[in-house]
Amino acid sequence: MSDPEAHGLSGSRPAGGGVGAIAGRTSNPEARHGSAGARPSAGGVEAISGPPLLVTEDVSVRFGALLALSKVSLEIRRGEVLAIIGPNGAGKTTLLNVVSGFYHPYEGRIVFEGRERTHLAPPDVAALGIARTFQNVALFRGMSVLDNLMTGRLLKMRGHFLLDALWWGPAKRQELANRAVVERIIDFLEIQAIRKTPAGKLPYGLQKRVELGRALAAEPTLLLLDEPMAGMNVEEKEDMSRFILDVNSEFGTTIALIEHDMGVVMDISDRVAVLDYGRKIAEGTPEQVRKDQAVLDAYLGATRG
Amino acid sequence: MASLLYAVFVGPFKDMASSPSFLVEVLLGGIATGLMYSLVALGFVLIFKASGVFNFAQGVMVLFAALTLVGLMEKGLPVAVALLLTMAVMVALAFAIERIVLRPLVNQEHIILFMATIGLNFFLEGFGEMLWGANVKRLDVGIPDRSMMVAGIQVNQLEMSAAGTAAVLVAVLAVFFQRTRIGRALRAVADDHEAALSIGIPLKTIWIIVWSVAGLVAIVAGIMWGAKSGVQFSLSLIALKALPVLILGGFTSVPGAVVGGLIVGVGEKLGEVYWGPLVGGAIENWFAYVVALVFLLFRPQGLFGERIIERV
Repeated sequence: MSDPEAHGLSGSRPAGGGVGAIAGRTSNPEARHGSAGARPSAGGVEAISGPPLLVTEDVSVRFGALLALSKVSLEIRRGEVLAIIGPNGAGKTTLLNVVSGFYHPYEGRIVFEGRERTHLAPPDVAALGIARTFQNVALFRGMSVLDNLMTGRLLKMRGHFLLDALWWGPAKRQELANRAVVERIIDFLEIQAIRKTPAGKLPYGLQKRVELGRALAAEPTLLLLDEPMAGMNVEEKEDMSRFILDVNSEFGTTIALIEHDMGVVMDISDRVAVLDYGRKIAEGTPEQVRKDQAVLDAYLGATRG
Repeated sequence: MASLLYAVFVGPFKDMASSPSFLVEVLLGGIATGLMYSLVALGFVLIFKASGVFNFAQGVMVLFAALTLVGLMEKGLPVAVALLLTMAVMVALAFAIERIVLRPLVNQEHIILFMATIGLNFFLEGFGEMLWGANVKRLDVGIPDRSMMVAGIQVNQLEMSAAGTAAVLVAVLAVFFQRTRIGRALRAVADDHEAALSIGIPLKTIWIIVWSVAGLVAIVAGIMWGAKSGVQFSLSLIALKALPVLILGGFTSVPGAVVGGLIVGVGEKLGEVYWGPLVGGAIENWFAYVVALVFLLFRPQGLFGERIIERV
């Protein structure tokens, strides 16, 4: 937290949306951290206030005797950036794992785009358009950056083995089309220089960026990021914040992220949900959450017990 | 001293030059054996690529496939029917392995999966002998183990058809796994289970596919080796010869398994025939392991394997 201006609690989302805002963010740091006030998202206010993209209803997860999540009800609204925060062990990653199908709740429902999908397995969740990254980077370490991103597009590839094998006709066109999408993402994330490098050889910050790229390659409706900025320095955090906001505004992707850096959270999220001991204790705009007594207590440990 | 150098570095080559047709026969024999090693090695590579696991049970799968085929043929079924049934059995085995052995171990350390394949090895060995008995069985696939003359060169019909089948199979598999989406999904699964799942690769399907293909490869290897030396327990030991092939070619490379197999096959035949008399023979028995040792010292990832990247 060496840059209070960029990541201080008082920071807020830049005014103005769309491409102008991106340009502003990249070229004019003043505009980025200037005025207070909510940042209009790509989809505009209507989209955010429309029917939620994903809802968890009274979701509980139990590991043996440990209740990791207890009746958590949460909305992820279309087009928003939602931050999920909370002290260590609060159940944030568990919640993300439930949403992405890695864990299944023993009670409660998960509804995505109006349809219940509580018990789907991870690949099926991915097929619905939910992509994610992991807290401890999970890249295909032996593959190049380009191959990692191409693998991220597997779901988008259809067609016949034999044609694939012969590298002929539709198969070839498809490969080239997918390649074009991946190249756009590479440009977008500014990783041209490392596209042929094996992912395992990259420094940590870049690995996180490549992992984001692989998730983006699937062109998800909902993007789940588990601590996308953990272990990064201030500069890397700024880059990552910028990419997350750009993804949100340029592609209209709804984003739910877990983050510990409060400055970043306050800066980039439209709404914040707070978990503590597996329960949701607050939800609202960054401003509201920051003043919430329950949240202050959870973080400062005031009235616990 | 000079005579020793002559015997090692000059003599054998003079022998080769003096009788080229004999040399060709030796080379052909080597290629045939090599392709058959490749076939066994291929089974290992497929499963290693898809799960990062060295499948200890691959050799026994070869034995089990051959036992099943012979057993069914002894029941009076025609070869074609018995073959189809054996293929069905190997695919069913793949489903069972995925369900019973692999699925409960998703995201476990590779060493745990490896231990599980050791268990699988003992199970299949016992199960196969329980079903079909432990006697040595003769496998007759209708190709005579005889030699014939082609352009003044003696060729063994069985060896040549085995080599031809192996070559075709290897080519098909190489294309399948290098060029199709399945191939890319396979590498993804090998690298990181969780990440593969998160981008929509169904682990179950991939595992069933590779274990089925490894099972089918085991059938072909079982037929080739079984026809040559009878179906018996020692069939599972050819897996030992596949190890140096893997070390040469790299554990993750389909072409590597082929080239590795050819180097070992041709190398040991040439060594045996031309240099064998110098050391009293038996070069065939240790050549592969010495080459593997040299590779482990200087190029542990093999000829075509992926470099092992370790960040410290």
